[in-house]
Amino acid sequence: MAKQYETVIGLEVHVELATKTKIFCGCSTEFGGAPNTHTCPVCTGMPGSLPVLNKQVVELALEVGLAANCEINQYCKFDRKNYFYPDNPQNYQISQLYLPICHDGKIEIDTPIGKKSIRIHEIHMEEDAGKLVHDEWDDCSYVDYNRSGVPLIEIVSEPDMRNADEVIAYLEKLRMIVQYLGASDCKLQEGSMRADVNLSVREVGNPNFGTRTEMKNLNSFKAIARAIEGERERQIELLEEGKTVLQETRRWDDNKESSYPMRSKEDAKDYRYFPDPDLPPVVISDEWIAEIRKKQPELQPEKKLRYQTEYQLSEYDADLITGTKKIADLFEETANLCKQPKKAANWIIGETFRLAKEKKMEPEQISYSPEHLAKLIEMTEAGSITQTVAKNVFFHIFEEDIEPEQYVKQHGLGAVSDSSELEAIVKMVLEENPSTVEQYKAGKEKVVGFLIGQAMKKTKGKGNPGIISKMIKEQLTK
Amino acid sequence: MIDDEMMEYIGILAKLELSKEEKEQAKADMQKMLNYIDQLNKLDTSKVEPMSHIFPITNVFREDVVTNGEDREAMLANAPKQKNGQYQVAKTV
Repeated sequence: MAKQYETVIGLEVHVELATKTKIFCGCSTEFGGAPNTHTCPVCTGMPGSLPVLNKQVVELALEVGLAANCEINQYCKFDRKNYFYPDNPQNYQISQLYLPICHDGKIEIDTPIGKKSIRIHEIHMEEDAGKLVHDEWDDCSYVDYNRSGVPLIEIVSEPDMRNADEVIAYLEKLRMIVQYLGASDCKLQEGSMRADVNLSVREVGNPNFGTRTEMKNLNSFKAIARAIEGERERQIELLEEGKTVLQETRRWDDNKESSYPMRSKEDAKDYRYFPDPDLPPVVISDEWIAEIRKKQPELQPEKKLRYQTEYQLSEYDADLITGTKKIADLFEETANLCKQPKKAANWIIGETFRLAKEKKMEPEQISYSPEHLAKLIEMTEAGSITQTVAKNVFFHIFEEDIEPEQYVKQHGLGAVSDSSELEAIVKMVLEENPSTVEQYKAGKEKVVGFLIGQAMKKTKGKGNPGIISKMIKEQLTK
Repeated sequence: MIDDEMMEYIGILAKLELSKEEKEQAKADMQKMLNYIDQLNKLDTSKVEPMSHIFPITNVFREDVVTNGEDREAMLANAPKQKNGQYQVAKTV
């Protein structure tokens, strides 16, 4: 019988913190500046420059740590991680090895077989590196240090995950927590959230871990899932052939759907950490922790419950809407403006999600104003536009964030409730469809729907369907 | 013990190409440092609190306010080679 293998996965997740300035200097962290315009002697590693810690970085790291149920190292400090590479101008990265700010936390994820707790080994603060661009023609590379010194936290999990689904669930949960805190926007594509996957396989029942590899360059959930499948297969194949898995760092190529080793043997992973003498230790008082706890914003589980009680949403709807903070905020603002939470929820779960999916947009990219959706809901409820027209107008709100009242006026889309106009249309429809009228009179009352449809068509979707239906029924029972 | 293999490894980590004489000199120097550390290790430090910083100061912070303007030209003046506002370095991949 073929051997059964189990996959063991732990993650190292880097999250870029949403600060205005870098971790150790007053340079801007703004994304997209011209190369090297956000640099200074500190973040380009000039001799004699002195790093000074950004207090906001400690605050945000604490917020994430507390939300991830971590213990706090109330005495923490920074260490130097030494390596030579041009993206790192100091020849060391300032990080935390010996006393990271947070440790021993846990995050609960939902799996098909129920809730599962993923333990957090530690969270530490560190600085990002510069960006390297390789010249295709000249034998050289170019360095942009704008990103050098941008604050990161690295969230290291225990090897508690067993398949790609659990990994994705963990990452989604983590992203949700960090976004709800406002500690980062967590965009995988732009690199403000990056995950390295540590993976090993072992025979089912074996209590010992196999040799693990670390995989880098995973910039979407799909790439992560594919990389996990690919690496699992590769390792099992090696073991089946009687070979051994080498402990190494591999780079995933999502186009080729395969990975290759990143470092040669000469580039041993020996970072010779030591305490950074330029940075005095950070002492985190009980009062500071209490203050952070006090100002912690409402997180998803509480928000979901509140939406069920305060807005009478179903658990399912509340779950969908609180999936990202962006959507939750959009919903809540809309609901408060139009006082019709159920309708607001329907527009978001229905049309908004449908259009976003169609256009392959992330929730964060949805940019219409809640005022406009609220107005649309009010107009529909007041009967000044029909449901059909509303759907069309919503498309333009989603696309261009138009003001619905003005738009309807400009395009003459207002609902036709004028009874003489509608009466004439109803009369015309009845005259044009004598056989259907006969059927109705013979007791086949279902056909009334067809007649209403015909009348709506004649009004180009603008006729008030309630009035039309009433008129037709009145005419037919005469 | 700093043997030849260890010396080779340290050279690789430090990205240094040393001549035979330099290697011998470095081996001897580093061995002296290790001997000194060994001597320190003989002390009983079981009742001494670990020290992570030589000054008794903590919590030196900056507020999260942008204080640096653009000074690219001055920064790039330190670069041995530059092109299009970027530092030009030997090909890395």
